[in-house]
Amino acid sequence: MDYLDELESKSIYIIREAYKQFHDIAMLWSIGKDSSTLLWLCRKAFFGKIPFPVVHIDTGYKFKKMTEWRDSYSKEWNLNLIVGRNEEAIKAGIGPKNKLACCNALKTEALKQTINKHKFRALLLGIRRDEHGIRSKERYFSPRNQEFKWNYKDQPPELWDQFKSRQSDEEHIRVHPLLHWKEVDIWEYIKRENIPIIDLYFAKNKKRYRSIGCECCCSPIESDADDINKIIHELKTTNTSERAGRAQDKESVYTMQKLRSLGYM
Amino acid sequence: MNIVFVGHVDHGKSTLIGRLLYDTGSLPPDKIEEVRKTCEMLGKEMEFGFILDHLQEEREQGITIDTCQIFFKTEKRDYVIIDAPGHVEFIKNMITGASQADAAILIIDAKEGVKEQTKRHAYILGMLGMKKVIVLINKMDLVDYKQERFNEVKQEITEFLKKINVEPSYIIPIVAKDGDNIAKKSEKMDWYKGETFLNCLDSFSLPEKKKNKLLRFPVQDVYKVDDKRIIAGRIESGTIKQGEEIVVLPEKTKTKVNSVEKLFQDPTHAEAGESIGITTEDPLFIERGNIICHPDNLPEVTSTIKANVFWMSKQDFNINEIITMKISTQEVSAKIEKIEKKINSSTLEEINEEKDKLKNNEVGTMIIKTLSPVVIDDFNYVPELGRFVFEKDMITSAGGIIAF
Repeated sequence: MDYLDELESKSIYIIREAYKQFHDIAMLWSIGKDSSTLLWLCRKAFFGKIPFPVVHIDTGYKFKKMTEWRDSYSKEWNLNLIVGRNEEAIKAGIGPKNKLACCNALKTEALKQTINKHKFRALLLGIRRDEHGIRSKERYFSPRNQEFKWNYKDQPPELWDQFKSRQSDEEHIRVHPLLHWKEVDIWEYIKRENIPIIDLYFAKNKKRYRSIGCECCCSPIESDADDINKIIHELKTTNTSERAGRAQDKESVYTMQKLRSLGYM
Repeated sequence: MNIVFVGHVDHGKSTLIGRLLYDTGSLPPDKIEEVRKTCEMLGKEMEFGFILDHLQEEREQGITIDTCQIFFKTEKRDYVIIDAPGHVEFIKNMITGASQADAAILIIDAKEGVKEQTKRHAYILGMLGMKKVIVLINKMDLVDYKQERFNEVKQEITEFLKKINVEPSYIIPIVAKDGDNIAKKSEKMDWYKGETFLNCLDSFSLPEKKKNKLLRFPVQDVYKVDDKRIIAGRIESGTIKQGEEIVVLPEKTKTKVNSVEKLFQDPTHAEAGESIGITTEDPLFIERGNIICHPDNLPEVTSTIKANVFWMSKQDFNINEIITMKISTQEVSAKIEKIEKKINSSTLEEINEEKDKLKNNEVGTMIIKTLSPVVIDDFNYVPELGRFVFEKDMITSAGGIIAF
């Protein structure tokens, strides 16, 4: 087994544990590289037939390409796709002028509504520890309360590969099978497995997106990396952080922390 | 390689880690800038420890609350740092961190010497079976870089570690905030003839491959995919091959491997570490918690286990109380039959009062009765089947290592 095999095997183990313990589970797919990798791993974990729904939270501000991509692959891979939108907030015109309020209404609230509607008890998410300081605090199995609050000061212990296997009625569990992956690992794996990936990540006119979300809040980085090999090379030599192009991280030192304690993914 | 940093509060763990990240060029400039800005906002000087103490509250209180993982690399390999907090109330986080580590770094303040948490953390490392341990004697600048003081602390910690069967691979004098003996040899301590901390770390070998050991394949789940019944799990040791005979424990039923399953592949065998599926020749009833082995050299199947248990819940654990025990994918009800010995994990003194219960942060050697038989192995041979957790009120409350 090589390094990527080890990453893959650990993630598959966690995905299977999560499904075994919490049958009412769904996977969150943002169409980005991390959750697309997670989706691939879920297909592998269950031998091609994912036994739970795949949820996409649509803010209405996503790149148009992302929606087309989502629909085309969910058909090809026979996914049980659920699209979650906070229609009321979209109608009320909430938008990126106030970033904290916008993320909270169109992402976090939309997710809460979707979870309540479908009665999901647990969610699989493709977050990684090296993305952002606060994400390094996460456990593989992380409980949230009804309001989605994350009590990071008093998290349950997680020993070896023994994960939280029960939950109270009030709890909702976030499961993070990619926690131990690094950004460059994701790309090495995408390359090895030939995972289809949206072309926003590849440079056009010397610019590419390193991290994608809503069109209005993502700015591309300067880059010549127009294929996977060049992206891997770029990541091995760069010294700026991955989310440097994401507006919600820059707004204030503590925005990400505030968003996360409110239930942001 | 995963490494964990442990030691008493304020002995310099976060500073050392910040320094390591800085010295190995692992910090993006915008992150350093963010920390610098935050320090400014809080009216403090740039502190390396703030890189880790990423949460606002931690910055304000000046302590690390939860385990936190960060990556760095040397020319030899990649490392994952698991920071561990020093405060006594956060001991469960330290255990969480240490349970995921391949090597441990124990940090001691040269001026203060060995303190309560130094001992407690060292004890936990010993209990978890940590073999690769480096002791760093930090803040040598506060004792004028004196060799005499280094030797005193070195002797103190060596004596303690000997009692708990931990043999440190290296003991190094450092100044974390200035980088002495971290990546570069210190010019102020030329009496120290050993290697720098990073070179010592690089000298550790990775854990040995488990594929040449006996087969242990704990069943995680069974899936029906098209017309196949696939038994899914991760091989914890050994190798499994198509066509060979296997035994399903604890019932000891025999069958043969019909196929080894992986999506997009058509393997004939799989080895330790791989998450796979198999199908069997006979339609046996196989379920989660079964352990699949080869017919020879079977592991022990038992209902009586002697183990060392570290209790980490505010609620006491009483003798004869029914609790959930999880060993690999096995889950059974169990109870403590007898607490043979109970000790204070920092003084190592035996506790003779209330020997019918374990309290928060107490360690006990005990006899456990499981209500149905379980499959176990020597922790040193197959760790996954030699360790367990107790779960109470839906939360992991204790970790244990089986004593053979």
